[in-house]
Amino acid sequence: MVLPALLLLVIFSYLPMFGLVTVFQYYNVYQGFLHSPWVGLQNFDQLFSDPAFWRSLWTTLELFVVQTVLFFPVPIALAIMLDKMLRKWLRNLVQAIAAIPHFFNWLLVITLFQQMLGGAGVLDTFLRSHGVSNPFNIMTNASLFPLLVSAQAIWKEAGFSAIIYVAAIAGLNPELYEAAASDGAGRWRQIWHVTLPGIMPLAVLLLVLSIGGAVSFGFQQMYLQLGAVGTNAAQTLSVYAYQYGIAQGQYSYGAAAGLFISVVSVILLLTANWLAHRFGQGGFYQGERSLRKMATR
Amino acid sequence: MSVLVAEPGALGTGGSARRAGARKERRDHRRPAWEPAPTRAGQTIKAGVLAFYMVLVLGPLYIVGLTSVSAQATINRAGGLVVVPGRLTLNAYRLIFSGGVVDRAALISVAITVVGTAFSMVVTVLAGYGLSRTGSFGHKAILAVMIFTMFFSGGLIPFFLVVTDLGGFNQYWSLIVPTALSVFNVLVVRQFFAGTAVEIIESARIDGAGEWRILGRIVLPMSKAVCAVVALFYAVGYWDSWFNVLLFMPAESSRWPLSYVLYQYVTLGQSFAGSGITSGQYFGHQPLAPLSLQMAIVVLVVLPILVVLPFVSKYFSKGVLLGAIKG
Repeated sequence: MVLPALLLLVIFSYLPMFGLVTVFQYYNVYQGFLHSPWVGLQNFDQLFSDPAFWRSLWTTLELFVVQTVLFFPVPIALAIMLDKMLRKWLRNLVQAIAAIPHFFNWLLVITLFQQMLGGAGVLDTFLRSHGVSNPFNIMTNASLFPLLVSAQAIWKEAGFSAIIYVAAIAGLNPELYEAAASDGAGRWRQIWHVTLPGIMPLAVLLLVLSIGGAVSFGFQQMYLQLGAVGTNAAQTLSVYAYQYGIAQGQYSYGAAAGLFISVVSVILLLTANWLAHRFGQGGFYQGERSLRKMATR
Repeated sequence: MSVLVAEPGALGTGGSARRAGARKERRDHRRPAWEPAPTRAGQTIKAGVLAFYMVLVLGPLYIVGLTSVSAQATINRAGGLVVVPGRLTLNAYRLIFSGGVVDRAALISVAITVVGTAFSMVVTVLAGYGLSRTGSFGHKAILAVMIFTMFFSGGLIPFFLVVTDLGGFNQYWSLIVPTALSVFNVLVVRQFFAGTAVEIIESARIDGAGEWRILGRIVLPMSKAVCAVVALFYAVGYWDSWFNVLLFMPAESSRWPLSYVLYQYVTLGQSFAGSGITSGQYFGHQPLAPLSLQMAIVVLVVLPILVVLPFVSKYFSKGVLLGAIKG
């Protein structure tokens, strides 16, 4: 019964992994993987000596750090606000609406942002009709791009991420709150001393997982905005790999950049997990266990 | 204890009423005696923040929807997207569905979504069931082989080359088959199947039911919830998908699905060349389709998602919780 799935994986996940041999080739469409000439490490030589590669690595990390720092607290704050809402129907409604954008793809999200904030968009038109002659266009501003990217990520995913934190908070032992209250803790102190420590393992797990995606994140989001904000601001590593590998047809070179992304991702994931363990948080395994427990309860 | 575990994803009416019964009395409309009451100012600020969040999410959808049904005169007066309703008309939709690029693309999208979701579900359910029967042949190894792909991939380019080498270029199957399987969804389904009571399965087996019958008659009917969620995720994925089109049939405009038409005509702002819809406002040097038409396309992509969500969102929490394992 597992066979069809296995077949799909072998063809579309494992074959490409073997296809990675092409990073040591000069891939030629007519000669294929088997007969393209071998060039040794030349692709990597070229990759590591390309300033654009290092710049896109830097761009990737910059966007990732800014986005993570700005995004991370939002779903937690949202969940804490939702948890204390007494009217269940209202809480569910707010939560459902906040989760809607998760089901839009980046194409829709960026189109909507463009229509709202971009040139000739709602904000632009509003400012113009109120006497601002040449309004500022955030959709094409390269230096504010990290903030824009973060705003888009928050709009799209914060509501959906909050669902899981709401579940985690609801799963905390109410006796802890009761004890805290009888010790004189107010609402804020309860959040600080009971809620936040309670959801810490989950938060750390999500952080560790997101760090694993640090070098590959946001391909579609950046690709779609490349034209608007320019290569310097939006060319992340995965966009770089796509542009050289597919748009320009330098398959082997693009694949080499892709391999770099995959390998660094695995290293980052393992490192982040190890660090989380070192600092006394459960990291991957413990976080996953508590999640599974929550999910099957 | 278990009555205190909220089912936060349980949206809409009914839903988890049966589980939440006891909890409802404690949490709904009533604060525990020991809990300090919130201040007036705190409540106001919180309500304000949440209301603002709702506006941020719903506002753009409202504006886009309103613009798609606004008359050209109203759009001109607003100088772009319409925020305050003026004269309403369904002209944009009439124009779209009177033949041409968009309605064909919509049909293609529906077909891809239906066929793709069915295909994905069959593969996923079979794999999930097979892997949920611990102790079956090669169980651990196959699981490891699957999970490995979640952490390491060959990257985009080898994937692209494999699909094109198999003749996937400009073929519909290249939009479905290569990305049909989500290992993560297999794990979700497997987890759920594994929770099916062993006694029931054993008794069915003693009564002579084979694996297929057990899956079809017992396990599947007991797993409607998880199947609904997984199917939704697949369906939205297919409906939304535009990047596979960019990869595998960027120039084959007669085969484009709706979301790629959105990309071409709205996001990139190209004209409706050859569709008979070239009239409209001019912006710079680039002829644009009338704004109401563009927004109607956005609505066509968004609306099915909004319609389906409420039906499955009550099953979310479990799916999301498991989902976090992948992140």
